[in-house]
Amino acid sequence: MNTNSIGAVSTQSFTFAEDEPFCLESGETLRPVALAYETYGALNADRSNAILICHALSGSAHAAGYLDGDPEKVGWWEETIGPGKAFDTDRFFVICSNVIGSCYGSTGPASIDPATEQPYGLHFPVVTVGDMVRAQVRLIDHLGIDKLLCVAGGSMGGMQVLEWAAHHPQRLHAAMPIATTAHHSPMLIAFSEVGRQAIYADPAWNHGAYYDQPRKPDAGLAVARMVGHITYLSEESMHLKFGRRLQGLEKYGYEFETEFEIESYLKYNGLKFTQRFDANSYLYVTKAMDYFDLTQPTGSLAAAFAASTEVRFLVISFTSDWLYPSYHSKQLVSALTAAGVDVTYLDVKSSWGHDAFLLEVETMTNLLGSFLDRLVREEQVPAPVGYAPRARFVPGVNTALPRTKLADNLA
Amino acid sequence: MSNQPLPSPAEVTRSPRLRPDLLAIADLVEPGARMLDLGCGDGALLEYLRDRKQVKGRGIELTEAGVLACVRRGLSVRQGNVQEGLADYPDQSFDAVILSQTLPYLDDPAMVLGEMLRVGRTAIVSFSNWGHWRCRLELLVTGRIPVAVDLPQQWYESPRRQLFSVTDFARFCREIGIVIDRQIYMNRGVRIRTGRFKNLLSTTAVFTLQKRAKA
Repeated sequence: MNTNSIGAVSTQSFTFAEDEPFCLESGETLRPVALAYETYGALNADRSNAILICHALSGSAHAAGYLDGDPEKVGWWEETIGPGKAFDTDRFFVICSNVIGSCYGSTGPASIDPATEQPYGLHFPVVTVGDMVRAQVRLIDHLGIDKLLCVAGGSMGGMQVLEWAAHHPQRLHAAMPIATTAHHSPMLIAFSEVGRQAIYADPAWNHGAYYDQPRKPDAGLAVARMVGHITYLSEESMHLKFGRRLQGLEKYGYEFETEFEIESYLKYNGLKFTQRFDANSYLYVTKAMDYFDLTQPTGSLAAAFAASTEVRFLVISFTSDWLYPSYHSKQLVSALTAAGVDVTYLDVKSSWGHDAFLLEVETMTNLLGSFLDRLVREEQVPAPVGYAPRARFVPGVNTALPRTKLADNLA
Repeated sequence: MSNQPLPSPAEVTRSPRLRPDLLAIADLVEPGARMLDLGCGDGALLEYLRDRKQVKGRGIELTEAGVLACVRRGLSVRQGNVQEGLADYPDQSFDAVILSQTLPYLDDPAMVLGEMLRVGRTAIVSFSNWGHWRCRLELLVTGRIPVAVDLPQQWYESPRRQLFSVTDFARFCREIGIVIDRQIYMNRGVRIRTGRFKNLLSTTAVFTLQKRAKA
């Protein structure tokens, strides 16, 4: 437990589209829509210090602090959000909301369909990253915030950031897409599909209608998560974390039990994931990522940001991330440059693969913190009442240790 | 607007002195200009220009340490190499493009200078002069390849570089259709009057360059 935590927090809920249905990109509609969200820190007098944090595939609105005061329930980005941290909650009003289609309090396939009074299951309409962001816009409207100082997020969170910048540029001053892409690659779609096929193949999935069944498609969901975890590591980080070490064994058993540490890690994380995530949500959220492609409809990424020239960007990638390789970020930076956008970019040297965006805390804190300092200066953002500056807090993270807990919160 | 002034990170990190050739470059920059600094290092020049001349600057820098230092100063900087980075900018998007003490390290100086004058109205370069009398004397007397006075780097050290003199550069510019406009010559950080002996007396030269007008 670290000292600079925001402390006890609670998740709130905002419901909209109770009368007028929320229209989705697919042409389907949803009514009503609930969004789970958390906020940390205080709004300043002119409501100009708000930052929206977007979570990754399996994340929730609980980004920082201890949920309902439970020290076991630490936020997924605790290292960067808190008093004196990169997203300094003394100075900024930080918001994080659960995406639609997910299963942490926002409307998704496990929610009750008002038409049938049964869980939606596969009757839930397919949502896109664009839909997720338009729902967030409603939340920001509800909170009375005209323009966000910044929208930040990694992985699928980074896609939401790009969606905000491309399609709602007048609603934010700055964008921080981290370890992400502007167009989901065929390789990413392939990994999504393997995960989905694992769920479909589980008889307990029952075409999505398992909410009233004794068994849930845990086996399928666990395999999907194991594939995911492989993609979040790098070959080097697997060597560092696990090597060829055996789990509690002196020598090979020549049998099909879990023998290697890497097997045990994947199995443990797969199983743990089934206790916290809904298999149908996994299908919907991965599908939303697969549809994400900002180069459409023109075929040009620069064209997507033609109206975003006032938005300042901080783009970050990681050298060993092969899931969202650096060249995706470099293409984004090239497109932004060609569109005349002010963009800062760093490819952070790291061995930790896609996980790096949660593990390279010191570099991230320096980058994000300095970039926010600049925004505060350029936009003349007043601090909230009672703000007293303090030295920036960089949590000491020993990345040599397996960080299963952090990685568990990832993507 | 602000009810209390927030400390600017620039105020904390500002270095008291700028390298002499960077000061000379800064003097050549118009107030309020749009600038691109290629290989901007820790961003000292861009910060100086922003604070003293209200310049709207951007930087390209290869090293992670350099990019982090620039971000700490609140600058807009892209990581990347000079050759690749330039290609993304639209034509004439800057008033000036700066290349300080980097020319000897380029694989293709003609391409880079051409690109600088595509994206910028003018280019400003500074470089060490191996034509200085001390270099000539060193080669003559000791038979060793001279080390530039303002660039103390041995021939075997990285990154690898190519030696050239003020005369070489002037000739090269003529060949590739570039006109040398304003010229500042320095000897160990001090501006000097060279008369006819530019190549013999200067240890560093700072030039503004322009495309030769088509006849």
